[in-house]
Amino acid sequence: MHGSKIPIWFFIGVLLLVYGAMICGYGIFELATGTLANVQLASVHAPVWWGGTLLLLGIFYVAKFRPGRAGK
Amino acid sequence: MFGLVPASASAGFLGSMPAALAFSSEPLAHLRPLDIAVVAIYFAMVIWIGFYLKGQSNTSEEFFMAGREMTAWIAGLSFVSANLGSLELMGWAGSAYQYGILAAHWYWIGAIPAMVFLGLVMMPFYYVCKTHSVPGYLDLRYGRGASSVAAISFAIEMILMSGVNMFAMAVVMKVVLGWDIFFSIIVSSVAVALYVGLGGLRSAIFNEVLQFVLIWGGALLVPILGLIQAGGVAGLKKQIMHNMQTMTGGGVSGDSYFHMWRDMGHFSANPMGVHWTGIVFGLGFVISFGYWTTDFLVVQRVLAAHNLRAARLAPIIASFFKMATPFIVILPGLLGLVLLQNADGSRRQLVGEDVVAACSMTGDGAVADASGCKAAMAKTSLTPDAQQKVLAGGSDAELHSYNQALPLMMVRYLGPGLLGLGITALIAGFMSGMAGNVSAFSTVWTYDIYKALINKRGSDSHYVLVGRLSILIGVAVSIGAAYLVMHAHGIMDYVQALFSIFIAPLLAAILLGMFWTRATKLAGFIGLLGGIVFSASLFMWVKLVPAALANVALSPDAKPMAENVFRALWAFIFSAIVIVVTSLLTKARPIAELEGLVYGATKLPKEDPVPWYKSEYTWALLVVVIFAGLNILFW
Repeated sequence: MHGSKIPIWFFIGVLLLVYGAMICGYGIFELATGTLANVQLASVHAPVWWGGTLLLLGIFYVAKFRPGRAGK
Repeated sequence: MFGLVPASASAGFLGSMPAALAFSSEPLAHLRPLDIAVVAIYFAMVIWIGFYLKGQSNTSEEFFMAGREMTAWIAGLSFVSANLGSLELMGWAGSAYQYGILAAHWYWIGAIPAMVFLGLVMMPFYYVCKTHSVPGYLDLRYGRGASSVAAISFAIEMILMSGVNMFAMAVVMKVVLGWDIFFSIIVSSVAVALYVGLGGLRSAIFNEVLQFVLIWGGALLVPILGLIQAGGVAGLKKQIMHNMQTMTGGGVSGDSYFHMWRDMGHFSANPMGVHWTGIVFGLGFVISFGYWTTDFLVVQRVLAAHNLRAARLAPIIASFFKMATPFIVILPGLLGLVLLQNADGSRRQLVGEDVVAACSMTGDGAVADASGCKAAMAKTSLTPDAQQKVLAGGSDAELHSYNQALPLMMVRYLGPGLLGLGITALIAGFMSGMAGNVSAFSTVWTYDIYKALINKRGSDSHYVLVGRLSILIGVAVSIGAAYLVMHAHGIMDYVQALFSIFIAPLLAAILLGMFWTRATKLAGFIGLLGGIVFSASLFMWVKLVPAALANVALSPDAKPMAENVFRALWAFIFSAIVIVVTSLLTKARPIAELEGLVYGATKLPKEDPVPWYKSEYTWALLVVVIFAGLNILFW
């Protein structure tokens, strides 16, 4: 977005990165300890791969749109 | 945005809220610390964005129009996000549970043609005349009379809608999470007031894009896991076919849930009770074009684009995401039909809000009014065993409504962290809708009411101050409206109907004004005002005499869903006839005065040539092809 020092996509990247780290981290904890949440399909370990996807997207957006690099 | 929420869903949501409040039952879910952290981080982020952007919203152009510097992507995502309210998400998931894939009409024919038309045909006029709002366009085209009618009705609609939306969301949070109504209303409205009041439209747009990503990130996992459990699309279809007889009561053919057009030949042949003429002309033309091309709530986002090409591309980009939205809304509703279970493993059947209200339970888990509950359940497809279980009471006996299909699916699959993300998606949906309401209200109030009718000579900074104050006052009035609704439930139906009453006459006035040089000032005013009165009269007729639905929708088999689409169609035709006849009887404006406002009197600016893959026409063609393909695929 013109006129903004920090592009909107950077904010989105930060949020996805933080959420991804939290959710993926919890998923890894579940995997490591074997204490699955009481939800359907807990065995497919959605927190690991969904959280991981959010984390990767977050890293991509933060790296690509970090302040100072925007517009390049 | 209630305007496009199904009549049945909105009536259910709104009409039975008092009953929801009376529930003493357990909430559907409890958030863990990780979930609460996810929600808290979201609130911190949106408020911080408001503070961050405050310094970039000092002039009126910056505050009300975001400096007109948004790219096509940002304007497009904001455009579609402002519409993607949480009640829309939950209402349509509930409708998919009731009506099957027919509910997708509101996402496809009910949106895509209008969005493409806005981008390719109408946007140049809105953009070239440099209007700040839709009533602003009416002022330039028809003069102060029509503009004032549109501005005042829009401002009232926005503020009341915002209040009802706020209350509805607070009730959802109470039912799903057990949150206090007052807490939900105050926290969410203060957050919206802060970030829109500080950063203006720029902040609203900025947050809407963020909210759009969160809505998808929080809601997309549900259909993915649901499809895994149902055995893919084939498995889902097979199981729905198996359950169909009970779900429809045998009233419609077995696989009507999977066909969008095949059973539209007669009102009684499809679960929705609508005829294809109503869907094509009422929904696909009047309601859809009325909302997507003239409702300032969404059009404001596109007006903030940095050039004409971006303004034309924005609705086209948005239409791709609109077409994909059924994946996170309609599909979870369909999956809920076969996957939702009671604690004992039996299939959980959802019912209307009226039945849930009739069967509400007392603190000790017994049904409060057994005879009323029995009578209400007799009209549903609940099995005798299930009915008996409800009447016997107990913790697992409680009924849930269609509108809870999406939250129930979230609770079914989402564990710690992911559930917080899903709840954040619902909150984000609510806040993006409310931010849309208050930012549009602020612009229309400041430019089209305050500046036009009260104080014409204020400085730029004075109008920015008025805009900021109007956001605070608008949110305060919305909170008041929310409490009014809480204590005077009957007004909800009327508030909800405002959108459908205003939008059809407004569409007639704008289309004729934009594409017919002969339309006159007096015709615009009389057509708009007369159309609103006519539409309101039709609404009151059906309200007071329910049997009149058969007259409005032209069939004794018509269901409430048909009323909205046919009422809109008649109101549009009435307004258009009034405008045409009055125009022919009055003196037209000289063509020279219509430059920049009317097709045929305007020389559109030449746009710089771009490669074919960047052209709005290429992307519009792709949208049309995908839209046609989807309708054929689900014919």
